[in-house]
Amino acid sequence: MVRSVSVDLNNDASLVIDIPDALCERDKVKFTIHIKTTLSSFQKSEFSVPRQHEDFIWLHDTIVETEEYAGLIIPPAPPKPDFEGPREKMHKLGEGESSMTKEEYAKMKQELEAEYLAVFKKTVQVHEVFLQRLSSHPMFRKDRNFQIFLEYDQDLTVRRKNAKEMFGGFFKNMVKSADEVLISGVKEVDEFFEQEKIFLLDYSSKIKDATAKAEKMTRSHKNVADDYNHISGAMNSIAADNNTAFKKHLEKCAEVFEKLRKLEDRVASDQELKLTELLRYYTRDIQAAKDLLYRRARALADYENSNKTLDKARLKGKDIAQAEENQKQCLRKFDKLSESGKKELTSFKARRVVAFRKNLIEMTELEIKHAKNSMSLLQGSIEILNSN
Amino acid sequence: MSCMRRFCHETQSHDSLHSCMCRRSVALLLLKMSEERDPAALSGSAQTEGEEDLFVSAMESPEAARLSAEDISPSSNGPRDDDPDDPDDLFAEATEEVSLDSPERQPILSDGPSPAITPVTISPRVDVFDRSPDLDEDEEENRDTFDIQISVSDPEKVGDGMNAYMVYKVMTKTSLSIFSRDEVCVKRRFSDFLGLHSKLASKYMHMGYIVPPAPEKSIVGMTKVKVGKEDLSSVEFVEKRRSALERYLLRTVKHPALLKDPDVLQFLESSELPRAVSTQALSGAGILRMVNKAADAVNKMTIKMNESDAWFEEKQQQFENLDVQLRKLHASVESLVCHRKELSVNTASFAKSAAMLGNSEDHTALSRALSQLAEVEEKIDQLHQDQSYADFYLISELLGDYVRLITAVKGVFDQRMKAWAKWQDAQVMLQRKREAEAKLQYASKPDKLQQATDEIREWEGKVQQGERDFEQISKNIRREVGRFEKDRVKDFRVVIIKYLESLVHTQQQLIKYWEAFLPEAKAIA
Repeated sequence: MVRSVSVDLNNDASLVIDIPDALCERDKVKFTIHIKTTLSSFQKSEFSVPRQHEDFIWLHDTIVETEEYAGLIIPPAPPKPDFEGPREKMHKLGEGESSMTKEEYAKMKQELEAEYLAVFKKTVQVHEVFLQRLSSHPMFRKDRNFQIFLEYDQDLTVRRKNAKEMFGGFFKNMVKSADEVLISGVKEVDEFFEQEKIFLLDYSSKIKDATAKAEKMTRSHKNVADDYNHISGAMNSIAADNNTAFKKHLEKCAEVFEKLRKLEDRVASDQELKLTELLRYYTRDIQAAKDLLYRRARALADYENSNKTLDKARLKGKDIAQAEENQKQCLRKFDKLSESGKKELTSFKARRVVAFRKNLIEMTELEIKHAKNSMSLLQGSIEILNSN
Repeated sequence: MSCMRRFCHETQSHDSLHSCMCRRSVALLLLKMSEERDPAALSGSAQTEGEEDLFVSAMESPEAARLSAEDISPSSNGPRDDDPDDPDDLFAEATEEVSLDSPERQPILSDGPSPAITPVTISPRVDVFDRSPDLDEDEEENRDTFDIQISVSDPEKVGDGMNAYMVYKVMTKTSLSIFSRDEVCVKRRFSDFLGLHSKLASKYMHMGYIVPPAPEKSIVGMTKVKVGKEDLSSVEFVEKRRSALERYLLRTVKHPALLKDPDVLQFLESSELPRAVSTQALSGAGILRMVNKAADAVNKMTIKMNESDAWFEEKQQQFENLDVQLRKLHASVESLVCHRKELSVNTASFAKSAAMLGNSEDHTALSRALSQLAEVEEKIDQLHQDQSYADFYLISELLGDYVRLITAVKGVFDQRMKAWAKWQDAQVMLQRKREAEAKLQYASKPDKLQQATDEIREWEGKVQQGERDFEQISKNIRREVGRFEKDRVKDFRVVIIKYLESLVHTQQQLIKYWEAFLPEAKAIA
């Protein structure tokens, strides 16, 4: 299976996860998670389990809210499966059925299925990558909830409800609010973090913009492909009325446009997979890195507060020991976050560079391939049409 | 507009606007003129039903050219009646002998982002006299060049504010003898073109000739230009119009009868053109509205036309269908043009965004690769833009032209019905006159009887004329439709190839750009 946005995360044989299969019932997607492991913490060495999107979100949230992981970049949650596009198309298909020819209808249906499949592939991939990020990380792979997610042979729905009640989503909400203000307000002593802060804040807005623009570009490609489709249909209609050699000519032209449509569609979907999805993913990942900075900034703020509290206590001569202990803890937390944060951010950059490289190369190779195919199609058609 | 011109030069080939029939008919006409025709007979007849007479003098007023049933004398015979040298046979001959499979057949109208000169080839006068009137297929293959090139260029704004207008340079290069010079340049404005079309339509449409429609007026487009907006949309509008005017002229001269028309010659040659009076300067849409009104009138007739000729019924139905289908195709192509433009804009937008991302990226090699990706995308956006011009000028505008042409074709069918109705009316009238005469036989009014007898003779003539006219227009339409269908097939074949070639070019460039980028992507370390 091709992992598009990340490097091969399954290079550690002790815990190998993939999603070989998924079922779509109405809007709900049921992913089949397949696990192969040599770890003793698991009961079996190879097994499968069905999970829904909401289960992934639960897992992500519990990890976010685990204090222990504050110094780590938490793999971004996979986005909800979005079948809005195909659904809209299906609706249009149903409405327009009476006004279309049989061929047009069959073609549209085919397109619809292809689009559906594309969304499907995307969502499977992004859920798979999420699990693989966890399984390949030394700390996350040992997470208790992760293990439950993988192993619990029953529905996680009940668990999910309980978790919400327990944690109340407190920490997650904190992370979402005002993070940029706090992060940029920190007086940074550490040069590394100063650089990272400047970089991440700027990069995050740039990559968000690039994602949006890439999406628009892909959309336009799809529209062009759609137009080729209609042109092909219209030519076939005209051909149906002609009884001469011109009819064959027109039919051939219609065929050319039909093939062009398929190629243009492939260009669009490959561009989406390699470029747009890449940008989308790293937009989320950059956010996760920013969240880390945020948590560290908070820890620093806590530490500075604890210093103030200690000073006050010393002045008053009261609760000094408590204040000292508090201050020690804050410092320890902050140092821990800084240390692990540094490691995480460094490996994050490496991971990002590798992923971009891989995807840019693959995208370019596909563009070249499709352009060459288009060219040979067109040149062959020109020859045939000229010889008629 | 430089990018459009650039595109033209890259993809144009000097296709000759070659109409075998055009060439041969002119050749034969010239031949006949020298060998057989008595010039006096041509311009002499007082009632010049000069429509068929292609040599009618330039001084004829348009009225004379019309079927003037009212003042026809029974003895009048236009040069075309039962004339063995009926130029009409010429065309019929030409139509039949030209075959779609002629290997020498070259593509004709290059309706593309037209080069400044789009050649139409014609045989030079010299060879004409060597040919016998019965040209066979071999002659066709030994054809010489039929040379007339027309270009519309150099749009210039004249005046200011709401009274401003655009003036175009119309250049004609030709070796045809009907032109007074080999090369002539005139300045014309849009209403001049409309005026020309209006004259041609009033002269020829009722005879069943398919007169190419003039380009559409556009109030919005012109207002922008008048107001002096120098933005891209008004530049594009002017270019679109210029191209449309050029195609219009080329189509018009491609028609063998219209090429010889004095109004056409005057339009192309004379430096001063009488300003088209507003009543005459109907837009293409105006003329077509006229045609449609005629069609409505015909439909409201109580006498239903007894179609004895299945060919007409079939063809009419075919054209109805084609109309619908072409409009649909045109709409799809217009959508393609629009989306391709959007793709270009969105690609440019992405390129900028990628450049910003590259600047922000702190990993050096990745940063460089992203900047280069931005450059590639920028080049690609230009490609898409060029392709959208090809989409537009090669296919979309041509389809638009044909949608309007089909309306003109439908119009001539309606004209035929009108002619039929006129003939039927004359028959009814004749019957009445006969009945009136019969009645007068028994009343002793010798004066009135004589008048009635005269009137009968008059209406007998009109009936005969009506029948002849009907047959004539039917004949003309058959020929015109044949010519139209051949042209349509030719145009389409040529244009489709050109268009596919434009797509090939785009793909070639894409390959070039991406292959240049690939090592950059691989260099990320």
